[in-house]
Amino acid sequence: MARNRSHPVATAGKYVALALYLAFALLPLYWLLKIAVTPDRLIFTDGVELWPSALTADNFRSVLFKTDFLAYFGNSLFVSLGTAAATTLIAAGAGYAFSRFTFAGKRIIIAVMLVTQMFPLLMIIAPIYRIVANFGMLNSLTSLIAVYTAFNIPFATFLMQSFFDGIPKDLEEAAMMDGCTRFQALRKVIFPLTLPGLGATLGFVFTAAWSELLFALMLISKNDAMTFPVGLLTFVSKFSVDWGQMMAAGVLALIPSCLFFVFIQRYLVQGLTSGAVKG
Amino acid sequence: MARIELKGVAKRYGSVEVLRDIDLEIGDGEFIVLVGPSGCGKSTLLRMIAGLEPISGGDFFIDGTRMNDARPRERDIAMVFQSYALYPHMDVARNMGFSMEIRRRPPAERTSRVKQAAETLGLSALTERLPRALSGGQRQRVAMGRAIVRDPRAFLFDEPLSNLDAALRVEMRLEIARLHKRLGATMVYVTHDQVEALTLADRIVVLDGGDIQQIGTPLTLYERPANKFVACFIGSPTMNVVPATGRDRTLSLKNGAQIALPQSAGLERAAELGIRPEHIDLVAPEDADLTGTVDLVEHLGSDTNVYVSIGDVGMLMVRRRGNAPIRSGERIFLRLQRENTHVFASDGSALAHASAEAA
Repeated sequence: MARNRSHPVATAGKYVALALYLAFALLPLYWLLKIAVTPDRLIFTDGVELWPSALTADNFRSVLFKTDFLAYFGNSLFVSLGTAAATTLIAAGAGYAFSRFTFAGKRIIIAVMLVTQMFPLLMIIAPIYRIVANFGMLNSLTSLIAVYTAFNIPFATFLMQSFFDGIPKDLEEAAMMDGCTRFQALRKVIFPLTLPGLGATLGFVFTAAWSELLFALMLISKNDAMTFPVGLLTFVSKFSVDWGQMMAAGVLALIPSCLFFVFIQRYLVQGLTSGAVKG
Repeated sequence: MARIELKGVAKRYGSVEVLRDIDLEIGDGEFIVLVGPSGCGKSTLLRMIAGLEPISGGDFFIDGTRMNDARPRERDIAMVFQSYALYPHMDVARNMGFSMEIRRRPPAERTSRVKQAAETLGLSALTERLPRALSGGQRQRVAMGRAIVRDPRAFLFDEPLSNLDAALRVEMRLEIARLHKRLGATMVYVTHDQVEALTLADRIVVLDGGDIQQIGTPLTLYERPANKFVACFIGSPTMNVVPATGRDRTLSLKNGAQIALPQSAGLERAAELGIRPEHIDLVAPEDADLTGTVDLVEHLGSDTNVYVSIGDVGMLMVRRRGNAPIRSGERIFLRLQRENTHVFASDGSALAHASAEAA
C-alpha cells in the first residue's frame, strides 16, 4: 500500500513558512555579524545593504585587545556557570523531592514558588539592592550568583520535577529490590536518565544568567566586576555609540552560549527512557 | 528459600483501610497466587511483602524473623514488575547482573550467573542489547532473568503477563511454571486473570474489598467456594446463580421447580442456588428439573455454550463438551447435578456443601 503522502503544495507551504520564520528569527543575528565585520567608516554609508562592501576584523581586534571585554567575559562566564551549577543542583534535589515524596507543606511550598514567578522584576529591584548592600556584597560576583540562583530556582525546579515525573517510579523500586539504597537508586538509575533534564536546566539557567542586565546593572558599578551585558553599555559613550565594537563584542558573547548548547545538546535528545517499561 | 508469614496485617491510607487483618502463611517453596478484581488490595499486599509499602498494622515474618520495618534490600526478595522496569540505559547483561553489581560480587561470578540465566531464558543472543531494542516478551524474560540471577529467598510477581498478547502470555505462563518447578522457590504472584491463578498456584488467595475471601488449592476454590464471590470469580464461564428458597432438603426456584438435595441442614437460610455451566445435564423430559428455550448457542469447537431462558428463573448457561447439535429456539430439558450444586445464604456465604456431607 502506498504511503499516505501530503500534497506537494502543502509540503512546499510548510517549508516556506519555516523559511520565513527562520529569516525573521535569524536576521538580527545576521545583522549583528554584518555590522561587526563592517569597517567603521562604512557602517552608515552601507546603510541597509545586506552585504558589506568591505570586510574587516579590526572591530574584533580592538574589542579583544583595547577594551576590558575579556575581563567582562570572564566575569560573565564565572557568574553564569556558578548560577547554572548552583541552580541545577538545588532544583534537581527539590524537583526529585516534589516528584517522589509527599510531605507536610508540599502544596504550600509549590504555591509560594509559583507566586515568586508572578512579580515583575522591577518591583523587587529596590529591596534586593538594600539586602545586598546590607550584606556589604555590592560589586561582588557572588551576590549576582546568589540573586540569579534565587530567581531561577522555582522555574528550574518545576522543570526538573517534570523530568523526574517522566521517569517511572517502578525503576527506582526495581533498583531498591535489587539491593540499592534510595540514594544508590538515585545515583545509578535515576541520575543517568535525568541527564537530558539536567542538560536542559543547565542550558536554560546558563543562558538566562549570561544575558541578564537589570540586576547586574543595579548591583555592579565597579569596572572590574562588570559582567558582559553591563560591559556592552560601555561602548555607549556620551556623544557616540561605537557600533562596530559593540557588535563584535556581541558576536563574541554568542560563542559560549553556542558552545554550551553544542556540549549539552546530546543530553537534550529525548527518548532515552524508551524501553524502560512496557512497549 | 523462605517461609513468609503475615499475622493480622493491615494497610491504611489515612482513614481509608485498604487491607484488613490479613492472615497468611506461605510455605517454603510454595507458589501462592493473590487474585481478585481491580482495587481489591492484592498489589498493595505484594508491595508490603516487598517492602515498598509500609505495613500499617500486624506482623510480617520471613523465616520467623519479624521484618515489618526492614527495607527492601534487607529482605532479599526479588520482584518482577508489571511494567518490567528494566533499566533503559543498561544492556541486558548489566540489567540482569545489576543486583550483584550493587552487592559487589566478583565480576567473574556475575558474568557466569548472568550467562547461565540468559541461557535458561533463551536470551544469550541478546545480552548486549538495550531494553528498547527488545520485544515485549523478551523484556519480560529479562525482567525474570534479573530476578533469577540473584538467587533470592523469594520471588514476587506483580501481574507480569498482563502486557503481553494472548499467545505469548500462555508461553510465559508455562515458563514461570517451569521456573518454579526447577528452582523450587517461594513465589507470590499477583494477577486478576483466574486462568493464570488456576494453572500456576499451589494455593490461591482470593481477595475482595481488602479482605481474604478464601485460601485454598485451585480445585478447592473451584469445587467448594466459601462464598458467592469466590464461586463467581473462579471458573470460566462463570457460575449460574439464581434465587431460591429452601425447606427441609428441598430448594424451590422462582418458577416453582423443586430440587431435592442430599444436604441435611441449613437449607432454611438458602437464598440462592449456584451451579456451574458444566454441571447441568441435558436429559429426557421426565427426568428434567427445568424446561427452557435455547436463546443463543456459542460453538467454541471444544465446547458449546448454550444460553437457556427459563421463565421466571432467568437465564442459565449450559456447557456441553464438543460440538453439540443444539439450535436456538429449541426446547431443552435440564437436570442439575446434585453433588455439584452450591447453596448460598442471603449474606453470600456458602451453606454446607452437598458433596462435603456425602463424603
